[in-house]
Amino acid sequence: MTVVADTAEVAEPVRKAPGYWAGVFKRFLNDPVAVTCTIVVLLLILAAIFAPYLGLNDPYKASMIKRLKPIGFPGFPLGTDEQGRDMLARLIYGGRLTLFVGLVPVVLAFFIGSTLGLVAGYVGGWINTIIMRTVDVFFAFPSVLLAIAISSALGAGIINSLVSLTIVFIPPIARVAESATASVRALDYIDAARATGGSALTIIRVHVIGNVLGPIFVYATSLTSVCMILAAGLSFLGIGVRPPEPEWGLMLNTLRTAIYINPWIAALPGVMIFITSLCLNLLSDGLRSAMNVKD
Amino acid sequence: MFAYLIRRLVYVLPVAVGVSIICFLLVHIAPGDPLTAIMPVDATQEEQAAMRSAYGLDKPLPVQYAIWIGKAVTGDLGKSIATGRPVAGEVFSAVKNSLLLAFTASVIAFPIGLLLGFIAGYFRDTIIDRLVTAFAITGVSVPNYWLGIVLVIVFSVQLGWLPSMGAGPGGSGQWAWDYAHIKHLILPSVTLAVVPIGIVARTVRALVGDIFSMDFVQALYAKGMRHGDVLRHVIRNAAPTALSVMGLQLGYLLGGSILIETVFNWPGSGFLLSNAIFQRDLPLLQGTILVLALFFVSMNLIVDVAQAAIDPRIKRS
Repeated sequence: MTVVADTAEVAEPVRKAPGYWAGVFKRFLNDPVAVTCTIVVLLLILAAIFAPYLGLNDPYKASMIKRLKPIGFPGFPLGTDEQGRDMLARLIYGGRLTLFVGLVPVVLAFFIGSTLGLVAGYVGGWINTIIMRTVDVFFAFPSVLLAIAISSALGAGIINSLVSLTIVFIPPIARVAESATASVRALDYIDAARATGGSALTIIRVHVIGNVLGPIFVYATSLTSVCMILAAGLSFLGIGVRPPEPEWGLMLNTLRTAIYINPWIAALPGVMIFITSLCLNLLSDGLRSAMNVKD
Repeated sequence: MFAYLIRRLVYVLPVAVGVSIICFLLVHIAPGDPLTAIMPVDATQEEQAAMRSAYGLDKPLPVQYAIWIGKAVTGDLGKSIATGRPVAGEVFSAVKNSLLLAFTASVIAFPIGLLLGFIAGYFRDTIIDRLVTAFAITGVSVPNYWLGIVLVIVFSVQLGWLPSMGAGPGGSGQWAWDYAHIKHLILPSVTLAVVPIGIVARTVRALVGDIFSMDFVQALYAKGMRHGDVLRHVIRNAAPTALSVMGLQLGYLLGGSILIETVFNWPGSGFLLSNAIFQRDLPLLQGTILVLALFFVSMNLIVDVAQAAIDPRIKRS
């Protein structure tokens, strides 16, 4: 036995061929737009996490006499808001809640939606019917409407926003997961795995997930930009994050009255939402072509 | 075709019932008692009980749903808690204004999106393609409620050319196609058009690019067909998918205009909805969402049927 094992080791090629993920990584690095956007998004996330250590002004400290000061006002590089609070600090601290409520629902929906889609696509039959028809009902609402409907029924608050946005993004992800799983399930090697006695769980774990997770993941990343815009939109409507927390959508709302006094300050929080969502979209496009996923 | 229509209808009915159940349940996932919004703080137990039975809130849920849906199909969506007026009437006039906004936005968005997408797909991997793609991804990424505010800053506050809010001298009820009204429509509809321009352009670009690389295009050129006639074949192949994207976008425009209507104080369904949210007017909330969602469902149905009508491959599958 040992002899056989030894020869097998010797016969192993010295250099391993680069794997699929190494190729994806290399192609992604060759895409300057995608790399730039990744860096921007990472910087925004890091700035939000380490905001207390950046030597910024207190984002909650209001001042009656320093309200709506222009960009470049001494001590306030990006001016002040309608309550005299430092805009730069509020924009950076604002990234905390905006990015959290904008990204976490897609992550949660990715896990729940993929699981539902995998089960529905692999098991089929009446389980598929129950899961997918329920998904269809939620899919029948335009996403903005569904998010607003659930959020307004639950009331304002961070947890409620997370819940409503997760519910909004489960159906599209479950649909993609289901159709990807159903097409993989029809392939011969799944039949072969079943014929050799693999249990459903083993087959899903070993043979199905690896082949469907890529497309589902790419699809989920394409939803992050929409989710960010929706999350900030809920706060903009007053059914998301509550004041006085700094959050880009909420800031955009409370600064609306300032458009006659200092319009460019009023537009700043939206610039942050725009930059983030643009970078998330370009990042997702870059990932899609690096992973060679077709819609 | 008729069989296909029936099949689609049979499929849509359970979805519509499901949608109505979700709208009905919205009131019941709401924390707190829906009555607290209208009852005075010092209301007695008896008064509360009387109000409860007046709104039918003392019955079990399935019974409440049956009563609610039974009335809804006859056009009775209950009474607004805040104003006491019938919900159906308020929703109807608001949806009319939203439709006006959504249709105007799509009249702006679809030709531009189609044209840009086609040009980019035709000149694939050239500088023109890159410019259009950059423009389209900007359109898809922009938070349109912010874009609305920026347009107000530029065209209302700075230049003073266009009004920043409302639907014109006629208020919410009287719309007329004269300049006094149309100038109120310009900013909100342009704002609303930006996202669908991006989506339609992106979809059509990918579609047209793929069709041009198909074998049949090569074959048409090879047999000596003129360039213009080949384009006609490409457009015919792209039409069903492009049509379905535009149909869906029209539905999204109606449901998604809520934020834009809030920015511009446009007296549409979104404006009604945000009022309902702030006054916790649950029957109004329920009714508005039901009407909008059912509109979206029927829009999908129309798109599917229209797609099948022009694309014989769909009926067979």
